[in-house]
Amino acid sequence: MSARAAISLMAGMSSGPPISGTASQSEREQPDSREWLSALRGTGVGRNAAVGRLHQLLVRATRFEVSRRRAALSHVRGEELDDLALQAADDALVAVLAKLDDYRGESRFTTWAYKFALLEAGVRLRRRAWQEREVVLEPEAWPLMADGRRSPQRQAEASELMQALKHSIDSCLTEHQREVLVALALNGVPLDVLAERLNTTRGALYKTLHDARRKLRSDLAQKGFTLDSI
Amino acid sequence: MDKRTNDKILKRLLGPADPELLCDECFEKLDQYVELEFRGREADARIPGMRAHLEGCPACHEDYESLRDLVQSGEPND
Repeated sequence: MSARAAISLMAGMSSGPPISGTASQSEREQPDSREWLSALRGTGVGRNAAVGRLHQLLVRATRFEVSRRRAALSHVRGEELDDLALQAADDALVAVLAKLDDYRGESRFTTWAYKFALLEAGVRLRRRAWQEREVVLEPEAWPLMADGRRSPQRQAEASELMQALKHSIDSCLTEHQREVLVALALNGVPLDVLAERLNTTRGALYKTLHDARRKLRSDLAQKGFTLDSI
Repeated sequence: MDKRTNDKILKRLLGPADPELLCDECFEKLDQYVELEFRGREADARIPGMRAHLEGCPACHEDYESLRDLVQSGEPND
Protein backbone atom coordinates (compact mmCIF):
# COMPACT_ATOMS: atom_id res chain seq x y z
CA MET A 1 0.00 0.00 0.00
CA SER A 2 1.33 3.45 -0.87
CA ALA A 3 1.99 6.07 1.80
CA ARG A 4 -0.88 8.14 0.37
CA ALA A 5 -3.31 5.21 0.53
CA ALA A 6 -2.23 4.38 4.07
CA ILE A 7 -2.75 7.94 5.18
CA SER A 8 -6.13 8.10 3.46
CA LEU A 9 -7.32 4.99 5.27
CA MET A 10 -5.93 6.20 8.57
CA ALA A 11 -7.42 9.64 8.32
CA GLY A 12 -10.61 9.20 6.37
CA MET A 13 -8.90 11.91 4.43
CA SER A 14 -10.65 14.65 2.52
CA SER A 15 -8.25 17.28 1.33
CA GLY A 16 -11.01 19.64 0.20
CA PRO A 17 -10.75 22.49 -2.25
CA PRO A 18 -7.69 24.70 -2.51
CA ILE A 19 -7.68 27.21 0.31
CA SER A 20 -7.64 30.93 0.20
CA GLY A 21 -5.86 32.97 2.87
CA THR A 22 -8.82 33.10 5.25
CA ALA A 23 -9.83 30.49 7.81
CA SER A 24 -13.26 28.96 7.32
CA GLN A 25 -15.83 28.62 10.10
CA SER A 26 -14.98 24.93 10.51
CA GLU A 27 -11.29 25.75 10.83
CA ARG A 28 -11.97 28.31 13.55
CA GLU A 29 -13.73 25.57 15.51
CA GLN A 30 -10.65 23.34 15.64
CA PRO A 31 -9.87 22.04 19.14
CA ASP A 32 -7.12 23.72 21.12
CA SER A 33 -3.56 22.48 21.42
CA ARG A 34 -4.15 20.21 24.39
CA GLU A 35 -7.14 18.61 22.73
CA TRP A 36 -5.10 18.09 19.59
CA LEU A 37 -2.45 16.19 21.51
CA SER A 38 -4.97 14.16 23.44
CA ALA A 39 -6.87 13.17 20.32
CA LEU A 40 -3.75 12.35 18.31
CA ARG A 41 -2.38 10.19 21.13
CA GLY A 42 -5.70 8.41 21.51
CA THR A 43 -7.03 5.38 19.70
CA GLY A 44 -9.86 4.33 17.43
CA VAL A 45 -12.33 6.55 15.67
CA GLY A 46 -11.43 9.65 17.67
CA ARG A 47 -7.80 9.43 16.68
CA ASN A 48 -8.61 8.78 13.05
CA ALA A 49 -10.83 11.84 12.97
CA ALA A 50 -8.08 13.97 14.54
CA VAL A 51 -5.55 12.70 12.02
CA GLY A 52 -7.96 13.59 9.26
CA ARG A 53 -8.41 17.15 10.60
CA LEU A 54 -4.65 17.51 10.97
CA HIS A 55 -4.13 16.39 7.39
CA GLN A 56 -6.62 19.00 6.19
CA LEU A 57 -4.70 21.68 8.07
CA LEU A 58 -1.43 20.54 6.54
CA VAL A 59 -2.91 20.55 3.06
CA ARG A 60 -4.09 24.08 3.73
CA ALA A 61 -0.52 25.06 4.59
CA THR A 62 1.11 23.35 1.61
CA ARG A 63 -1.41 24.88 -0.81
CA PHE A 64 -0.75 28.24 0.79
CA GLU A 65 2.95 27.73 0.00
CA VAL A 66 2.21 26.69 -3.56
CA SER A 67 0.10 29.78 -4.10
CA ARG A 68 2.95 32.00 -2.81
CA ARG A 69 5.41 30.49 -5.26
CA ARG A 70 3.16 30.00 -8.25
CA ALA A 71 4.73 32.88 -10.17
CA ALA A 72 8.16 31.23 -10.06
CA LEU A 73 6.60 27.95 -11.23
CA SER A 74 4.46 29.26 -14.08
CA HIS A 75 5.88 26.55 -16.37
CA VAL A 76 4.53 23.78 -14.11
CA ARG A 77 0.97 22.52 -14.57
CA GLY A 78 -1.52 23.25 -11.81
CA GLU A 79 -2.33 19.55 -11.39
CA GLU A 80 1.32 18.77 -10.74
CA LEU A 81 1.56 21.57 -8.20
CA ASP A 82 -1.54 20.37 -6.38
CA ASP A 83 -0.18 16.83 -6.35
CA LEU A 84 3.06 18.20 -4.98
CA ALA A 85 1.10 20.01 -2.24
CA LEU A 86 -0.65 16.77 -1.29
CA GLN A 87 2.61 14.81 -1.21
CA ALA A 88 4.17 17.48 1.00
CA ALA A 89 1.16 17.37 3.34
CA ASP A 90 1.35 13.57 3.50
CA ASP A 91 5.03 13.66 4.47
CA ALA A 92 4.40 16.48 6.94
CA LEU A 93 1.63 14.42 8.57
CA VAL A 94 4.02 11.51 9.05
CA ALA A 95 6.65 13.88 10.51
CA VAL A 96 4.21 15.58 12.88
CA LEU A 97 2.83 12.28 14.18
CA ALA A 98 6.37 10.94 14.69
CA LYS A 99 7.45 14.05 16.59
CA LEU A 100 4.41 14.63 18.79
CA ASP A 101 6.54 14.16 21.90
CA ASP A 102 8.81 17.00 20.75
CA TYR A 103 5.95 19.50 20.94
CA ARG A 104 6.61 21.62 24.03
CA GLY A 105 3.67 23.99 23.85
CA GLU A 106 5.90 26.99 23.04
CA SER A 107 3.41 27.90 20.31
CA ARG A 108 -0.08 26.81 19.33
CA PHE A 109 -0.12 23.24 18.10
CA THR A 110 -1.36 24.35 14.70
CA THR A 111 1.56 26.78 14.25
CA TRP A 112 3.98 24.03 15.28
CA ALA A 113 2.42 21.61 12.79
CA TYR A 114 2.29 24.17 9.99
CA LYS A 115 6.06 24.57 9.99
CA PHE A 116 6.50 20.93 8.98
CA ALA A 117 4.09 21.37 6.08
CA LEU A 118 5.76 24.58 4.89
CA LEU A 119 9.19 23.00 5.08
CA GLU A 120 8.11 19.96 3.06
CA ALA A 121 6.35 22.11 0.47
CA GLY A 122 9.13 24.70 0.25
CA VAL A 123 11.83 22.10 -0.31
CA ARG A 124 9.79 20.37 -3.02
CA LEU A 125 8.93 23.61 -4.79
CA ARG A 126 12.50 24.91 -4.80
CA ARG A 127 13.73 21.62 -6.20
CA ARG A 128 10.97 21.54 -8.81
CA ALA A 129 11.84 25.07 -9.92
CA TRP A 130 15.47 24.01 -10.44
CA GLN A 131 14.74 20.58 -11.88
CA GLU A 132 16.05 21.33 -15.36
CA ARG A 133 18.71 23.82 -14.33
CA GLU A 134 22.40 23.15 -14.04
CA VAL A 135 24.00 23.84 -10.68
CA VAL A 136 27.23 25.75 -11.22
CA LEU A 137 29.88 25.51 -8.52
CA GLU A 138 32.30 28.01 -10.09
CA PRO A 139 31.73 31.76 -10.14
CA GLU A 140 29.64 32.65 -13.18
CA ALA A 141 30.87 36.23 -12.95
CA TRP A 142 32.59 38.08 -10.20
CA PRO A 143 30.70 41.21 -9.29
CA LEU A 144 32.21 44.42 -10.52
CA MET A 145 32.36 47.04 -7.85
CA ALA A 146 32.31 50.09 -10.14
CA ASP A 147 29.67 52.63 -9.24
CA GLY A 148 29.63 55.97 -11.02
CA ARG A 149 27.83 57.64 -8.13
CA ARG A 150 30.60 56.87 -5.66
CA SER A 151 33.63 59.05 -5.19
CA PRO A 152 36.83 57.69 -6.73
CA GLN A 153 38.13 57.03 -3.23
CA ARG A 154 35.04 55.01 -2.20
CA GLN A 155 35.19 53.07 -5.45
CA ALA A 156 38.84 52.27 -4.85
CA GLU A 157 38.04 51.06 -1.30
CA ALA A 158 35.20 48.88 -2.54
CA SER A 159 37.38 47.44 -5.27
CA GLU A 160 40.19 46.77 -2.79
CA LEU A 161 37.76 44.95 -0.48
CA MET A 162 36.46 42.77 -3.29
CA GLN A 163 39.97 41.90 -4.42
CA ALA A 164 40.91 40.97 -0.86
CA LEU A 165 37.74 38.92 -0.53
CA LYS A 166 38.51 37.00 -3.73
CA HIS A 167 42.00 36.33 -2.41
CA SER A 168 40.64 35.15 0.94
CA ILE A 169 38.22 32.81 -0.81
CA ASP A 170 41.08 31.31 -2.80
CA SER A 171 43.55 31.07 0.05
CA CYS A 172 41.53 30.38 3.23
CA LEU A 173 38.75 28.04 2.22
CA THR A 174 38.77 24.36 1.45
CA GLU A 175 37.64 23.36 -2.03
CA HIS A 176 34.29 22.19 -0.64
CA GLN A 177 33.76 25.43 1.28
CA ARG A 178 34.64 27.43 -1.82
CA GLU A 179 32.21 25.51 -4.03
CA VAL A 180 29.40 25.80 -1.50
CA LEU A 181 29.99 29.53 -0.96
CA VAL A 182 30.14 30.28 -4.68
CA ALA A 183 27.05 28.22 -5.53
CA LEU A 184 24.91 29.61 -2.72
CA ALA A 185 26.12 33.18 -2.31
CA LEU A 186 27.25 34.13 -5.79
CA ASN A 187 25.33 31.92 -8.18
CA GLY A 188 22.05 31.95 -6.24
CA VAL A 189 21.53 28.20 -6.05
CA PRO A 190 18.90 27.43 -3.38
CA LEU A 191 20.25 25.62 -0.32
CA ASP A 192 17.83 22.69 -0.66
CA VAL A 193 18.70 22.23 -4.33
CA LEU A 194 22.43 22.14 -3.66
CA ALA A 195 21.89 19.82 -0.69
CA GLU A 196 20.06 17.36 -2.95
CA ARG A 197 22.74 17.53 -5.68
CA LEU A 198 25.55 17.02 -3.15
CA ASN A 199 23.61 14.33 -1.29
CA THR A 200 23.66 16.15 2.02
CA THR A 201 21.26 18.11 4.22
CA ARG A 202 20.31 21.76 4.46
CA GLY A 203 21.76 21.92 7.96
CA ALA A 204 25.10 20.38 7.02
CA LEU A 205 25.43 22.61 3.98
CA TYR A 206 24.59 25.77 5.89
CA LYS A 207 27.17 24.83 8.52
CA THR A 208 29.76 24.66 5.71
CA LEU A 209 28.63 28.09 4.47
CA HIS A 210 28.67 29.47 8.00
CA ASP A 211 32.21 28.24 8.67
CA ALA A 212 33.42 29.62 5.35
CA ARG A 213 31.92 33.03 6.09
CA ARG A 214 33.55 33.08 9.55
CA LYS A 215 36.93 32.33 8.00
CA LEU A 216 36.51 35.11 5.45
CA ARG A 217 35.46 37.67 8.04
CA SER A 218 38.38 36.73 10.25
CA ASP A 219 40.88 36.91 7.39
CA LEU A 220 39.60 40.27 6.17
CA ALA A 221 39.65 41.68 9.70
CA GLN A 222 43.27 40.55 10.08
CA LYS A 223 44.06 42.40 6.88
CA GLY A 224 42.64 45.59 8.37
CA PHE A 225 39.24 45.78 6.68
CA THR A 226 36.39 47.16 8.75
CA LEU A 227 33.29 45.06 8.24
CA ASP A 228 31.03 46.56 10.88
CA SER A 229 28.42 47.74 8.41
CA ILE A 230 28.27 44.42 6.51
CA MET B 1 26.67 48.29 -9.97
CA ASP B 2 25.21 50.53 -7.25
CA LYS B 3 26.13 50.53 -3.58
CA ARG B 4 23.04 48.62 -2.51
CA THR B 5 23.81 45.78 -4.92
CA ASN B 6 27.44 45.73 -3.82
CA ASP B 7 26.44 45.53 -0.17
CA LYS B 8 23.94 42.79 -0.92
CA ILE B 9 26.63 40.67 -2.58
CA LEU B 10 29.04 41.27 0.28
CA LYS B 11 26.35 40.31 2.79
CA ARG B 12 25.66 37.09 0.89
CA LEU B 13 29.36 36.24 0.81
CA LEU B 14 30.21 37.24 4.38
CA GLY B 15 26.92 36.42 6.13
CA PRO B 16 25.65 37.98 9.32
CA ALA B 17 28.20 39.58 11.64
CA ASP B 18 26.36 38.55 14.80
CA PRO B 19 26.28 35.04 16.27
CA GLU B 20 23.51 32.98 14.75
CA LEU B 21 21.55 29.80 15.19
CA LEU B 22 22.02 27.06 12.62
CA CYS B 23 19.22 25.60 10.48
CA ASP B 24 18.13 22.79 12.82
CA GLU B 25 17.90 25.14 15.80
CA CYS B 26 16.07 27.65 13.65
CA PHE B 27 13.47 25.10 12.62
CA GLU B 28 13.04 23.95 16.20
CA LYS B 29 12.23 27.47 17.41
CA LEU B 30 10.58 28.94 14.32
CA ASP B 31 6.97 28.50 15.48
CA GLN B 32 7.75 30.05 18.85
CA TYR B 33 9.59 32.95 17.21
CA VAL B 34 6.76 33.70 14.79
CA GLU B 35 4.15 33.72 17.56
CA LEU B 36 6.31 35.89 19.84
CA GLU B 37 6.76 38.32 16.99
CA PHE B 38 3.07 38.20 16.11
CA ARG B 39 2.17 39.12 19.69
CA GLY B 40 4.85 41.81 19.99
CA ARG B 41 6.73 39.92 22.70
CA GLU B 42 10.42 40.67 22.03
CA ALA B 43 11.03 37.69 19.79
CA ASP B 44 14.63 38.72 19.03
CA ALA B 45 15.53 39.13 22.70
CA ARG B 46 13.95 35.83 23.71
CA ILE B 47 15.44 33.80 20.87
CA PRO B 48 18.93 35.25 20.31
CA GLY B 49 20.60 34.32 17.07
CA MET B 50 17.36 33.78 15.17
CA ARG B 51 17.29 37.14 13.40
CA ALA B 52 20.93 36.81 12.33
CA HIS B 53 20.28 33.34 10.96
CA LEU B 54 17.24 34.49 9.02
CA GLU B 55 19.42 37.21 7.46
CA GLY B 56 22.07 34.67 6.52
CA CYS B 57 20.00 31.70 5.36
CA PRO B 58 17.64 32.33 2.43
CA ALA B 59 15.90 28.96 2.80
CA CYS B 60 15.06 29.41 6.48
CA HIS B 61 14.07 33.01 5.75
CA GLU B 62 11.55 31.82 3.17
CA ASP B 63 10.17 29.28 5.64
CA TYR B 64 9.90 32.02 8.25
CA GLU B 65 8.05 34.36 5.89
CA SER B 66 5.66 31.60 4.88
CA LEU B 67 4.84 30.63 8.47
CA ARG B 68 4.48 34.27 9.51
CA ASP B 69 2.14 35.02 6.62
CA LEU B 70 0.14 31.83 7.11
CA VAL B 71 -0.36 32.61 10.81
CA GLN B 72 -1.32 36.19 9.98
CA SER B 73 -3.70 35.08 7.25
CA GLY B 74 -6.18 33.77 9.77
CA GLU B 75 -5.35 30.36 11.06
CA PRO B 76 -7.66 28.18 13.13
CA ASN B 77 -8.29 29.91 16.43
CA ASP B 78 -7.32 27.36 19.02
